[in-house]
Amino acid sequence: MSMKKDSPVERIWNGIYTENPVLCLALGMCPTLAVTTSATNALGMGLSTLVVLTLSNLIISILRNIIPDKMRMPGYIVVIASFVTIVEFLLEGFVPALYDSLGIYIPLIVVNCIIMGRAEAYAGKHGPVQSLFDGIGMGLGFTVALVFIGGIRELVGAGTLFGLTVTPGAYVPVNIFVLAPGAFLVLAFLVAVMNKLQIGLGKRTGWDPTESGCGDCAACGKCSVCGGKPEAQKEEA
Amino acid sequence: MELIMLAITAALINNVVLSQFLGICSFLGVSGKTDTAVGMGGALTFVLTLSSIVCGILYNYILAPLGLDYLKTIVFILIVAALVQFVEMFMKKFMKSMYSALGIYLPLITTNCAVLGVATLNVQNGYNVFTGAVYGLATAIGFLIAIVILSFIREKMVYNDIPKPFQGFPIVMISSALMSIAFFGFASFK
Repeated sequence: MSMKKDSPVERIWNGIYTENPVLCLALGMCPTLAVTTSATNALGMGLSTLVVLTLSNLIISILRNIIPDKMRMPGYIVVIASFVTIVEFLLEGFVPALYDSLGIYIPLIVVNCIIMGRAEAYAGKHGPVQSLFDGIGMGLGFTVALVFIGGIRELVGAGTLFGLTVTPGAYVPVNIFVLAPGAFLVLAFLVAVMNKLQIGLGKRTGWDPTESGCGDCAACGKCSVCGGKPEAQKEEA
Repeated sequence: MELIMLAITAALINNVVLSQFLGICSFLGVSGKTDTAVGMGGALTFVLTLSSIVCGILYNYILAPLGLDYLKTIVFILIVAALVQFVEMFMKKFMKSMYSALGIYLPLITTNCAVLGVATLNVQNGYNVFTGAVYGLATAIGFLIAIVILSFIREKMVYNDIPKPFQGFPIVMISSALMSIAFFGFASFK
């Protein structure tokens, strides 16, 4: 599919498919594993992240010429943390049930690599409109991946989907899928399927997040600190 | 006694990586070799304990009395970032040998969600500064145990014949899943 680079449609397609943050880039692993116990939780986390990502991308893009280069990390962090705090209060006020089940993982949106990664890799270098759509695309990609994983875990582990029973009465739920090991297993098999279809990690982007200690910035979380410069290699050289 | 139970729960039963999924990024990223895994675990132990103390003091004696606890996320993340920078500078100047062992892992820790997670959990659970510090230390030891075990497994895995689609990321996730099942055994301590 050929699309004009940086156009709104291209940005959104890029986030959902070409560079899906979870399934292709292995970013934001903590919430991906932790809150996908049900499709509802996954959707809640995905949408919260979408809102924070879109707004922080927009504001950072507007401020990109005002924030001095050396101070950009703290500046980005303050912008992101402010939006996370706003989202946290909105959830607490309007959907307390979701707020309780997401718990600690709402404030942790601040350290989600995807948000800092997009600020550093895209919003800090592009205009507000493109950055806005980049945020929407990446946020949607994250939401889609999360709901997919959450759906599988809920279906196999509890026999329900979005809280509704969808399996026949004779089905015995495999409880372990909604417990911690299930998260690792489902993601492992999903990425293996993506690899088999030649669209997973490494095949497209040319790196494997588990290969080395550094240089694979996205996996280590250092993406937001070192700005893509593999420090370990620099130090050794 | 209560503190010992809290520490065991934090380190083993509710292991930070294998059951709470905090710090997954560095757990996957630097577990390829045992010595890097130990370095990362050591650096995290140091920073997590220190940040629990500093965030605990700030929250209990400044933010909470002034009614500013809605600022906690912003304050904590800035504290952690500043603290990591400060520790790095301090080590570089006064503890050369420790810096060469742990230095390269320090910048990584700012975005390790275990640090911000423990600071927030300490507030949510209403721990005082000392209990918070014990919780932080125990959580970090849990991380150290998990990442070192995974690095042992991965060093052995190099010699195995793994199906192509499962090489790299998927097989590491499956190893983590099996470790996570094994850690369920600790729940019987309770």
